[in-house]
Amino acid sequence: MTPLLHVRDLTVRYPGRNRRSPVLAVDGVSFEVSAGETLALAGASGSGKSSTAAAVLLLRRPDSGEVWFDGRELTALDEPALRAVRPAVQPVFQDPYGSLSPRLRIRDAIAEPLRVQGRWDPVAGPARVAELLDTVGLDARLGDRRPHELSGGQCQRVGIARALASDPRLLVLDEPVSALDPSVRAGVLNLLVELQDRLGLAYLFICHDTAVVRHFAHRVAVLSDGRIIRTASARSLHPHPSGAARPRTTATTGKAATT
Amino acid sequence: MTGRPPLLSVADLRVAFPDGPTGRDVVHAVRDVSFDVSEGEVLALVGESGAGKSLIARVLLGMAPPTARTSGRVRFRGRELLGAARSGYAGLWGRHLALVPQDALSVLSPVHTVGDQLAAAVRSVRRVGRAEARAAAVAALDRVGIADAARRAGAYPHEFSGGMRQRAVIAMATINEPDLVVADEPTTALDPDVREQVLGLLAALRETTGAGLLLVTHDLDVVARHADRVLVLYAGEVVEYGPVKRVLERPRAPYTAGLLASLPPGEPTGSRLLPAIDGSPPSLREAASAPGCVFAPRCPLAADPCRTRRPAPVEAAAGHLVSCHRRADVPEVPTQLFGAGEAG
Repeated sequence: MTPLLHVRDLTVRYPGRNRRSPVLAVDGVSFEVSAGETLALAGASGSGKSSTAAAVLLLRRPDSGEVWFDGRELTALDEPALRAVRPAVQPVFQDPYGSLSPRLRIRDAIAEPLRVQGRWDPVAGPARVAELLDTVGLDARLGDRRPHELSGGQCQRVGIARALASDPRLLVLDEPVSALDPSVRAGVLNLLVELQDRLGLAYLFICHDTAVVRHFAHRVAVLSDGRIIRTASARSLHPHPSGAARPRTTATTGKAATT
Repeated sequence: MTGRPPLLSVADLRVAFPDGPTGRDVVHAVRDVSFDVSEGEVLALVGESGAGKSLIARVLLGMAPPTARTSGRVRFRGRELLGAARSGYAGLWGRHLALVPQDALSVLSPVHTVGDQLAAAVRSVRRVGRAEARAAAVAALDRVGIADAARRAGAYPHEFSGGMRQRAVIAMATINEPDLVVADEPTTALDPDVREQVLGLLAALRETTGAGLLLVTHDLDVVARHADRVLVLYAGEVVEYGPVKRVLERPRAPYTAGLLASLPPGEPTGSRLLPAIDGSPPSLREAASAPGCVFAPRCPLAADPCRTRRPAPVEAAAGHLVSCHRRADVPEVPTQLFGAGEAG
């Protein structure tokens, strides 16, 4: 099976401040994610997880390397061409409140991507928003509320509904449950599993909690200093009490195994 | 239990806020909470967002929001603190009571060096010269494991990493060897390796200085590894209170069981779905006006008495208090009680 996302030799540099040399945040990273699969990116703060995600989302163009999505090389595309691809690759962020505008009602926050993409249908739109709320397990009446009236878990569900509005095929989940309480976290993770099974979504899942990665992901790529130091089956992660990502095996270093 | 006299003793604590259109009604955010902390002991205050754990911590420190109305007793070394004037607290802060907040940047000044801020903390309590205060600051940074402390003391907070800032805040909170340290989610913003280092540091400090530690957290892993006893809060009330080993290994309250069940399993279970507690926590008003157990609407064991009568705390085992009518029916394996896949 051809992977949906194939990242090759990705490099991201940040300019050094005060005449210091540039920082190599992502250093020759390669991996693949197939439809219906979850690849976790694990590693300590500063290891390059979020920079990799930003490059996959083309929020920041990588300095070198290729991002193949559904048979097209994204870094070669110009802005108008990228705009056509972007709906298919959607982010869900860590901070459920910070990623929603405090001024928009929930229903407008979910409709916004459709409006921006010029796909808003004033007749069918409201029903679509209601359907998305239902999909993420929220009462349609919450559509009238604003983010501050919702719990963290409810806001994160809105963030997922908003991502789903664009009919994506890949979700980039950047620490989507790190800010949530344990019982709420379980509900949101279950929702993501159900969506993946139903819609065949691919997930690039950034998380530094080993127990969550072991449970939720299929494979894991462990980053350190901007490089993938190993790729392994998520189950092979050692449930180290510190939560640090440490695969038990060292025999699986090297290329990402395709499923 | 340590057998030592409690350093801090909290009894029947209630915290209310004005409510309703006129503000004349009140809604209780914390109801009848009692616990104590002994010297050298770590008590974890566990609960989810809105359970009231941070509010309790603030009340103890005399830092409650101005509109909060409190009742009950908060005794620190036998002295009543509740209702004490701010000036009464001023003599306690730093010297006897200290706070380690979640967000280090909220207590560090961006325009002063870390060393100057630590030295100022020393001089706010002790009459010492600048050089001596400076030396104490460097020693404190060294104690919390900041390498090259003498040079680092000259750095500004933004030049520190998140983990270093949190260490600096711990150094500041403990520099005057307080009797009780209240740490409010001290590691939530840190990545796992740094989290372990910081918690290890707090645990080590109570061993060396004999301070009591009240650790506010929602992370049961942290509780399991770093606390002696645990108080589980739900919607402003105590659900379960006792030694960590007993409470986590054999929870007697369905809510505690649900929290434990919702953790990702150590070994694969064959299902990708996690057991989850149905529904969401009640609002302040719902919780305050519930006639029965506040957890009943979400509880798989809820029966008639649960909906009409508030459960009183009962001793399930030595030093292990549980507030639950159905405590005898909670299965040994928490996951048996909660199904997977229901949206929580």
